[in-house]
Amino acid sequence: MSGAAAAARQAFAPNWGARLGLLALAVYAVFAATQLDLNWARLAAGFGEGGRFLARMFPPNFTRWELLLEGMLESLQIAALASALGILISLPLGLMAARNLSPWFIAVPTRAFIALCRSLHYVIVAILFVKALGFGALAGVAALTIASMGFIAKLFAEAIEEISMKPVEAVRAAGAPGASVLLYAVLPQVASRFVGFCLYQLDSNLRNSTLVGIVGAGGIGGTLFAAFKRFDYDFVCAILLTIIALIFLAEVVSGRVRAALR
Amino acid sequence: MSATSIPDPAAPLRREWRRFTPAQRLSRWLVWLVVVAALAWAVRSIDIIPEFLADAPEQMADLLVRMWPPDLAHYYPAVHAALIETLHIATLGTILAFALAVPVALLAARNVCPLRPLNVLAQFILVASRSVNSLVWALIFVAIFGPGAAAGTFAIAFRSVGFVGKLLSEALEETAPGPAEALRAAGAPWGAVMLKGFWPQVQPAFWGVALFRWDINVRESAVLGLVGAGGIGVVLDDAINYFQWDRVATVLLAILAVVVVAEVVVTRIRARLI
Repeated sequence: MSGAAAAARQAFAPNWGARLGLLALAVYAVFAATQLDLNWARLAAGFGEGGRFLARMFPPNFTRWELLLEGMLESLQIAALASALGILISLPLGLMAARNLSPWFIAVPTRAFIALCRSLHYVIVAILFVKALGFGALAGVAALTIASMGFIAKLFAEAIEEISMKPVEAVRAAGAPGASVLLYAVLPQVASRFVGFCLYQLDSNLRNSTLVGIVGAGGIGGTLFAAFKRFDYDFVCAILLTIIALIFLAEVVSGRVRAALR
Repeated sequence: MSATSIPDPAAPLRREWRRFTPAQRLSRWLVWLVVVAALAWAVRSIDIIPEFLADAPEQMADLLVRMWPPDLAHYYPAVHAALIETLHIATLGTILAFALAVPVALLAARNVCPLRPLNVLAQFILVASRSVNSLVWALIFVAIFGPGAAAGTFAIAFRSVGFVGKLLSEALEETAPGPAEALRAAGAPWGAVMLKGFWPQVQPAFWGVALFRWDINVRESAVLGLVGAGGIGVVLDDAINYFQWDRVATVLLAILAVVVVAEVVVTRIRARLI
């Protein structure tokens, strides 16, 4: 290397591409903020309102605890049933969607179906089921079952596609029927990951089941939304604290179960 | 002597082997028992109206008939404008989330911030942000800012802080201490240690998290309008409330298209970037 080049070489040279990118991002942020009608006056007004809102939330009001308990229990039931149904349906769906086990004319449509289940937000699915099944917990169960199917079946299919095919070939070569191939060659390789997906989905069903009530699909969400609409912010605070406590508890329990199963 | 005194060489093979210890078996049975009991309780006591269940197929068919054909003429300009607004909410919300999450992540990472109480406080902020759902955040911000896209943007941002902050602080804690120590030993100021010691190591995780969260936020911002927080959800809610199911179908198709496009874009960028 010549002396001039060495002198020109600079430690920690500025990265002009990254700086331009950051500038573009900042310009976009300002543009989007004006498009969405976000400005300082509005933010300042909002922070004033936020203070009043917080003041009305405290202290939380637990006097209507019966209503709260009823809603929470219904949310728990929705989560339990939706997880169970979703897991049961995901088992065959995942097997059908795995490209190394099933022929393409089964795998491709199953994959498309799973993608469809995943792409719509569970609240939108809940709206459609409220129309089809009427108000109540059943619509919530159906909506969360669809969401669980989309998540578990997709990950399960991906896990199956990563298995080693040697045990499958060995069991097939020994003349075992299809069910035995699944039971003794495929499932032992993916069982622990499947349980992991199921626990994760149970966790998120628990969170989501507290929400589907906003569109009338049962659970504590309906109570929460009604309390918001009636400006009962102290009751809202009580409901939110209960939900957060439940989710904390669920995280602790599912962590324990995961450790025990490992 | 007799042959009986010679130990049977095949005896170990005939021994009954068990995979789990009795305690493990007991705990596994307990887990199953709890699962079955919970399901039985849920099935027995959940509030299901049999009449609604009986005419569900009929209602479903009715819904699909009313949705078909989708009212595509409705797409421009109403749905289109709302769709653009949704994308703005998702993107601006993600940017705002990063602006809020980076300081919290720095406080939460034990190798960056040595003060234990600050670590715990930051962890608490992250957990609280994650355990409140984005729709609930939207309800709160609608009460603060009034209905509109501002509430949606803040809801997306506050919900994302927990997710982004947790992953960033984990990435920070996994960095190798060498470069930062070298810079400190050379007398570099705090900013330079951050920028040249930590940032190059967390950069891949940072962009990965940003893309992942943006994808999630596009999905979530589509429903925020149901509680009045702007975006395409408002159009969807209006169409549902007027029972204009052909317009609902149009909106759903638009949401579906945007979600798929966002996923493809994210996959492409990720493949090139990481």
